[in-house]
Amino acid sequence: MAKSKKNNDIELGIALPFEAPVARLQSQISELESEQIRTGRDFSTEIRQQRAQYVSMLRKIYQNLTPWETVQVARHPHRPLGRDYIDLLVKNFVELRGDRRFADDKAIFGGFGRIGTEKVMVIGQHKGRDTKEKIAHNFGMAQPEGYRKALRLMKLAEKYKLPVVTFIDTSGAYPGIGSEERGVAEAIARNLLEMSRLKTPIVCVVIGEGGSGGALGIAVGDKVAIMEYAYYSVISPEGCASILWRTAEKASEAADALKLTAPHLQELGVVDEIVLEPLGGAHRNPQEAGHNVEQFIIRNIRALKRFKLENLLDKRYESWRKKGAVLENPPKAKPQSKTIA
Amino acid sequence: MANDVQDTTPYNAESLGDRPQRTKREVPDGLWMRCPKCEAMLYRKAVAENLDVCPECEHHFRMKGWDRVNQLTDPGSFEEHFDNLATVDPLDFKWAGKVYAERIAIEQKKTGINDSILTGVAYIKGRRVALGVMVGEFIMGSMGTVLGEKLARLIELATEQSLPLIVVCISGGARMHEGALSLMQMAKTSAALARYDDAGGLYIAILTDPTTGGTTASFAMLGDITIAEPDAEICFAGARVIANTIKADLPEGFQRSEFLMEKGFIDMIVHRKELRSEIARLIDYCKA
Ligand SMILES: [Zn+2]
Repeated sequence: MAKSKKNNDIELGIALPFEAPVARLQSQISELESEQIRTGRDFSTEIRQQRAQYVSMLRKIYQNLTPWETVQVARHPHRPLGRDYIDLLVKNFVELRGDRRFADDKAIFGGFGRIGTEKVMVIGQHKGRDTKEKIAHNFGMAQPEGYRKALRLMKLAEKYKLPVVTFIDTSGAYPGIGSEERGVAEAIARNLLEMSRLKTPIVCVVIGEGGSGGALGIAVGDKVAIMEYAYYSVISPEGCASILWRTAEKASEAADALKLTAPHLQELGVVDEIVLEPLGGAHRNPQEAGHNVEQFIIRNIRALKRFKLENLLDKRYESWRKKGAVLENPPKAKPQSKTIA
Repeated sequence: MANDVQDTTPYNAESLGDRPQRTKREVPDGLWMRCPKCEAMLYRKAVAENLDVCPECEHHFRMKGWDRVNQLTDPGSFEEHFDNLATVDPLDFKWAGKVYAERIAIEQKKTGINDSILTGVAYIKGRRVALGVMVGEFIMGSMGTVLGEKLARLIELATEQSLPLIVVCISGGARMHEGALSLMQMAKTSAALARYDDAGGLYIAILTDPTTGGTTASFAMLGDITIAEPDAEICFAGARVIANTIKADLPEGFQRSEFLMEKGFIDMIVHRKELRSEIARLIDYCKA
């Protein structure tokens, strides 16, 4: 679990350069507060003013985040991770493990749980917080086993008519020898196909990094949301920059060009909804972030459960089928195209 | 390492220069060419007449889109569909002084094809099929919105008309110039394949050198039957990305057709000259 108590902004500020001004202000406020206690003098007016300034400064920074800064927030070391959302909004979680083929991949977790009053199957990616945990969870980079475990649990959910909820947060599937030779491409492909026709509602939330195919492998659903400062992309800004700009240094420009932030993605029709984050990002108030995610999930599960299964699947197909509109020119005249009898 | 973000796009047209020399200048201009595998000097026309296969060592050169269509289909039988679609350049993508929309116009002019796949209905040894042939020479066969739309329409056409579906893959992965919408094409085509599967359709995927990234992690790996050409590179993450991640050498033959067949992901490796008859044989088993 992330430090869910009042986060130390100075500490948080150090993590991201553009948060430095608010971190400085926060430390000034702390100093005034301790000064007040130490000397007994009344600084409450100054403190109130500085707090107001802090809020407006934070709001201003977060309203004007560049896409590259948004990527930094999505990767923030204190940002709530997949398993944090279990603690924040899933009750009575029963973890289920293993793909029954090879191993239990800890980059992807899953199990039964209750969100609000809804019984669901929860599946998510988890990166790990400290070094030891990160290694245990392979930094949230799943191998084929992770995707196959996810599919196994989804089929279980289908059998018992439980809605599926997925939390997406990965830089990508793991690029390793074992991962390739056990068919990570096939595992992801299979999930895309099976999720598109799974006979139970599916709700997906990109909570941090939506890193290409490794993210999509658990993100085909009836409703897909992205959190306000999460991102979703076909390639990392660094990867894109190193290919197109020939240097990873241009990641900031690549992040602009890729249109990978929530508002762009909603406009492009990649996601259905944006889940708002607390002032200054989910890492400043995980409870509020969790609450907003919970509301999104409950509202959509209730709506989706009302559909007849056939309509649910038709709507899901349509929603994926229409992603990526193209230009339709008048058909060309084709003298060469003769079908033989 | 946490930020060692992995790409669905291991190779792109722009990155091809970094690939192993095996693929460099396979087809230099002029009457003669050198086989990158056996290093024999080959008369270009003789190679073309041999289905772009080295007459000395059977190395399979990459085929251009239309050459592949002509090689696979009965003469004059290919009826092209959906060639009127074009990208809207959804991101208004520009990079390092270059403009994607201009790049597309150049590629379209160069190839005479609207994007990186040819789709249509054709006959293969008298059997009517829905055929998709990826176009390797169009931005490295990268998958964007037009490819996704054309392929989805082709799959729907195959579903409606109960046709076997044949897709020949050659791809550097997803097309980053169209951002997350390129990624979405993986799910879109897979969803169309799910419906085709529900309707009882026969899908034969043919993987050729190279089949990588998002293409592999979607329709390329979803065939009822999966065929590969000999010694084709088939992978999700490219060898360079993996070597950089694990900081170690990769095993001999890693991510080649023969390796994938050993690992259980491919039904058969078929020489280019046998493809037509093999497809026909498979269709006859699966269709009444
Ligand atoms: Zn040769």
